[in-house]
Amino acid sequence: MSTTLGSRKVWLYWAAGMAWFYLLLWPLMGIGADGAVSFADSLAVWGYVAAASAALLALRQLHARGAFAAVTSPLARGLAGAKTGMDKVPPAVWWSLALCIAAALPFGSGRYVQDVAINVLIYICLGLGLNVVIGLCGLLDLGYIAFYGVGAYTYALLSIHYAMPFWMALPVAAALAAVAGCIIGYPTLRMRGDYLAIVTLGFGEIVRLILNNWMALTNGPNGILGIRPPTAWWPSFEGTFGFELIQMKKLTALYFVILGLTVLTTIAVHRLNFSRIGRAWEAIREDETAAELMGVNTFRLKLLAYATGAVFGGLAGAFFAARMRFVSPESFTFIESAMVLAMVVLGGMGSIPGVMLGALALVALPEVFRQFELYRMLAFGGAMTVMMLFRPKGLWPAKRFGARSEEMD
Amino acid sequence: MEFFIQQVINGLTLGGLYALIALGYTMVYGIIQLINFAHGEFFAAGGYMGVILLSFLAAHGYMETHPWFCLFGALLLTMGYCAMLAMAVEKVAYKPLRYASRLSVLLSALGMSIFLQNGLMLTQGVYDKAYPTEFTHGGLDFGLITFSYMQILIVAVTIALLLGLNALVFRTRIGTAMRATAQDKVMSSLVGINSNRIISTTFAIGAALAAAAGIMIGLYYGSVRYDMGFVPGIKAFAAAVLGGIGNITGAMVGGLIIGMVEIFAAGYLSSEYKDVWAFIILIAVLYFMPTGIMGENVDDTRV
Repeated sequence: MSTTLGSRKVWLYWAAGMAWFYLLLWPLMGIGADGAVSFADSLAVWGYVAAASAALLALRQLHARGAFAAVTSPLARGLAGAKTGMDKVPPAVWWSLALCIAAALPFGSGRYVQDVAINVLIYICLGLGLNVVIGLCGLLDLGYIAFYGVGAYTYALLSIHYAMPFWMALPVAAALAAVAGCIIGYPTLRMRGDYLAIVTLGFGEIVRLILNNWMALTNGPNGILGIRPPTAWWPSFEGTFGFELIQMKKLTALYFVILGLTVLTTIAVHRLNFSRIGRAWEAIREDETAAELMGVNTFRLKLLAYATGAVFGGLAGAFFAARMRFVSPESFTFIESAMVLAMVVLGGMGSIPGVMLGALALVALPEVFRQFELYRMLAFGGAMTVMMLFRPKGLWPAKRFGARSEEMD
Repeated sequence: MEFFIQQVINGLTLGGLYALIALGYTMVYGIIQLINFAHGEFFAAGGYMGVILLSFLAAHGYMETHPWFCLFGALLLTMGYCAMLAMAVEKVAYKPLRYASRLSVLLSALGMSIFLQNGLMLTQGVYDKAYPTEFTHGGLDFGLITFSYMQILIVAVTIALLLGLNALVFRTRIGTAMRATAQDKVMSSLVGINSNRIISTTFAIGAALAAAAGIMIGLYYGSVRYDMGFVPGIKAFAAAVLGGIGNITGAMVGGLIIGMVEIFAAGYLSSEYKDVWAFIILIAVLYFMPTGIMGENVDDTRV
């Protein structure tokens, strides 16, 4: 076995690792609160993990020896051929095709599919917003969900106190999120890298604590009920022809609202990415000191990236409030930030189709694997680490991503 | 006045625990410039190992006959367990990324943190787990002020661990090697220091201290929860930054300050916002004094 499956050393390491893993696993699973000691459960879990990792390791070893060359090389050639073929078609065609599919989706599908699709689109908006901050500008923001919360609570409060329509509240929510972004960004953006990460994490928690504790404004953990859905002028043919104001309570209508927001966000992020500002952001991401030397006003541009990301978060938040018609601090925890971050990382930082793919994968896959719901976050965490180990640029890497950002600083 | 003194005692207890967690952050940051997001989870794992071991001992009646002996045994085993856990995490998630970009390592650490937190939840349940505290109740009563046995234990163990760590870092060969690796990894490996082993040891020591804090917080508050590592983790990081990241004495002082501020803010201002103060201190320190109280100069990759 050791001759066909690689060196014996690899398997010795694997065995040591598995033994170590069992030592860590057994106390958590094998000692009951009543003082009983059992081995069955922990051995079962350990067995699955050991078998899966052994199979993966064996495949990897065989692959390294070229055992699958007969299958993989024609496959790789075919994929490369398909890719060059697809590259000949202008991207606008692909985008319009995707848009057509998205627009046709609610017709002929049930409530469940529409609900999941709305969730996917909300997360695409959030992911694209965070993508501006982390993917384009290279600032790790772990409190991004705070802006989502600001947007959601802005619309919620405006709706229940002043009965402000959704479409008027939308720019207000975006503006307030941008202001929040500047308030958070101003003191923190002079820091770099990891300090920024922890400070934004802290700010995210502060926003959540305020939402949770400021009873007079936010009604605390009970949340705010009775938010109005978006409205629209709709042609009516009853009696004389005219327009009447309807409340968009149907999922189909809401789906088109968020689809519109997503298209807007995508176009905005794309235009920003390939503008002077976007180039400056990428320069900051690749090497901040060099960018500054070349005359980029790094502080202002970082603040701008932060505020832009916040705007998209705020828009998505306002829609979220209008869609759920209920907001509570529960929806804006750190786990949500981590999930949006996981989408951006999984899809590919700085890549718009990548972020969409990431959002689709992380929202739709758990729906498919409903019976493994409990293991969702475990898988997210594990996937994040595994992605960083094996494919740090994501599933659909951005085209413009410097070699330097993968080097050691 | 009694209230004030009582608060000082409470602040010392909590601050000592924050200091123990902060040490792990600061040592790891000092040596590989990584914010180890999973550190809070080592602390939580310590809390859980504590409740598992102590419930086991209590169920077999040992807690009734030898409560203090059991406590110390559980403390040592827990520290060993978390050291093993930290070494495994370091080996799997950080070591392969030693020469990758900082963002990759940070995200890998974040992934590990989520993974471990949910691993704890899946194996131990979503609900709070209660510590068998009935054997260690009571305290010294000085009239209006009480000093519970748990507080005495926590302060004593904390001081012992801090002194032990100081001795380890400043008096032993391995401590010298750790300081050398923190200063210059290439140079120290040229003089024959196995930097991988030193990094692994640093993780193990940091996690062992966090585990001690975890078991003591469990005993102090009476229960543990799978997500208990998150907020104390950030606070301890704030303490490490306040003291000057990479500086061991600084982390101890910073932990005490954060604990005191939190207790006094909760006692005199508002208990709802007690978690906010650590963040505000963190932001203020980073803004006005990024080197912290005792830190050396930091270069532009950190701040």
